[in-house]
Amino acid sequence: MSAGAPVSAGSSPGSGDRPRIRRKSPSLVDRVAPYTGLVLFFGGWQAVSAWLLPRIDPNLVTLMPPPTEVLQAAWELIRNGQLAKHFWASLQREAVAFLYASVAIPIGLAMGWFRRLQQMLDPVFEMLRPIPPIAWIPLAILWFGISDFQNQFIIFLGIFFPLLLNTVAGVKNVEPNLIRAARCLGANQFAVLWKVVFRAALPQIVTGVRVGLGVGWMALVAAELVGATSGLGWLISDARSVLRTDIILVGMISIGIAGLAIDQGLRMVAKRLLPWSLAMTK
Amino acid sequence: MGMLRVSGVTKIYPGHSDADEPVRALDGVSFTVKDDEFCSIVGHSGCGKTTLLNIMAGFDEATEGSITLDGRSTDTPGWERAMIFQDYALFPWHTVLGNVSFGLEMKKVPKQERRAIAMRHIQLVGLGGFENRFPHQLSGGMRQRVAIARALAVEPHALLMDEPFAALDAQNRSMLQDEMVRIFMEERKTMVLVTHSIEEAVKLSDRIIVMTRRPGRVKADIEVALPRPRSEDDPQFVALKARIRDLIHDEFDLADVPAAAAAAAQRAAA
Repeated sequence: MSAGAPVSAGSSPGSGDRPRIRRKSPSLVDRVAPYTGLVLFFGGWQAVSAWLLPRIDPNLVTLMPPPTEVLQAAWELIRNGQLAKHFWASLQREAVAFLYASVAIPIGLAMGWFRRLQQMLDPVFEMLRPIPPIAWIPLAILWFGISDFQNQFIIFLGIFFPLLLNTVAGVKNVEPNLIRAARCLGANQFAVLWKVVFRAALPQIVTGVRVGLGVGWMALVAAELVGATSGLGWLISDARSVLRTDIILVGMISIGIAGLAIDQGLRMVAKRLLPWSLAMTK
Repeated sequence: MGMLRVSGVTKIYPGHSDADEPVRALDGVSFTVKDDEFCSIVGHSGCGKTTLLNIMAGFDEATEGSITLDGRSTDTPGWERAMIFQDYALFPWHTVLGNVSFGLEMKKVPKQERRAIAMRHIQLVGLGGFENRFPHQLSGGMRQRVAIARALAVEPHALLMDEPFAALDAQNRSMLQDEMVRIFMEERKTMVLVTHSIEEAVKLSDRIIVMTRRPGRVKADIEVALPRPRSEDDPQFVALKARIRDLIHDEFDLADVPAAAAAAAQRAAA
């Protein structure tokens, strides 16, 4: 047998004696499949809302407007600046709350590093952690009134615990030999903590930020539903009181898109800043 | 600079519970590594050789006895005793240059000098041109070279190595051993190598400490006077290898005698 024996001869006669290793291009069905579900979904929705419901009872359309009307409402809200205004209000609250919640990072570093501190604080945090942020809303309204700060407090609770837990876990999972290597290269306790432990825990801290912002975003909408005068949560709650279901749907979709965008943005930033961690977890 | 004196070191680990017997890992270990001498410690796994190295580095402390480097106790880690690990322990977020500069930064060497010193050591281990790569972009052998450069850059008085080549494939291992001989001849300093490879010990060392099985004691303290670089086919090399192998195997048989006798007795009874 020579090395150049035709590899593909058995499977595809007449293809010459060069083995064909070209990747198969995706077929038409492969390409179309992901969209068929969406087309069916929106097509079905349109059919039900614009054709079926009016036939049963014209008032029902108010409860489930067709996608075309939702698009119209979206365009209207974009044009008059309402959507942008409420979007920024929500985003700002999330950002401010994240700034407050980032104290979880130094606390988590200290808890992961000093065993005594963890022993002391763990019971407190374990007691508070299972309480959903939303359960704090009534108390928060009494404490802070219907205000930005009340909203930020609820979001803060949503971000704080995932961030804390991930930071502690990140510190605990640092390769012990990295710490030893640093110490025998002359690093003192502070340098070990700041230059090694923090850096090594960073990928897990970023995971905590991502989970936290996700939980925070959910808490944000809940907080705005009941205790705000702006924001996407307030937008949909306000639209309910005037029966503008089209605006409610625009608001819901915007909340979903914004949440996704925050997470994707964070992933991109992490990819840029921590190229080494991706290579390690691969 | 760099006389390492191990005197009467005993290490006893407490059992996990009260019912457990305490484990005696090292028992009255004494030897001296002279200045600029390359010393290997060989023995079965579990003979406490890594424990001994950890006490030298200051990661662990002796239950009894002491280890001193130039008269100073080694009870806390410091740059005078830089260590090279089997798993390289490179900082994955730093480039090669960043890794090699780390110890210099800790030593507060001015920034301009840092770069020059780091580059010189990167050249020394044959990684010139790779200074901006990240560890995950390098092969195992190259990573260990970075770790060697990083440890040498702080100019330690003694370089400690814990099975540094054990994770490499045979080819890379032998290449890095040769490199280590060259580096030792260029950058003379006290080096301590823990290894389970007899060949590695004979190839590199001026002194070989053979340890007994648990508890670890010094079984033999052998000075090697063969000129470097050493050829593995040299009859003296081969003879020394055989002698150390016998010392270790002898130990192995002795340890297994009671068990073997018991097994034989059982077979006879059955």
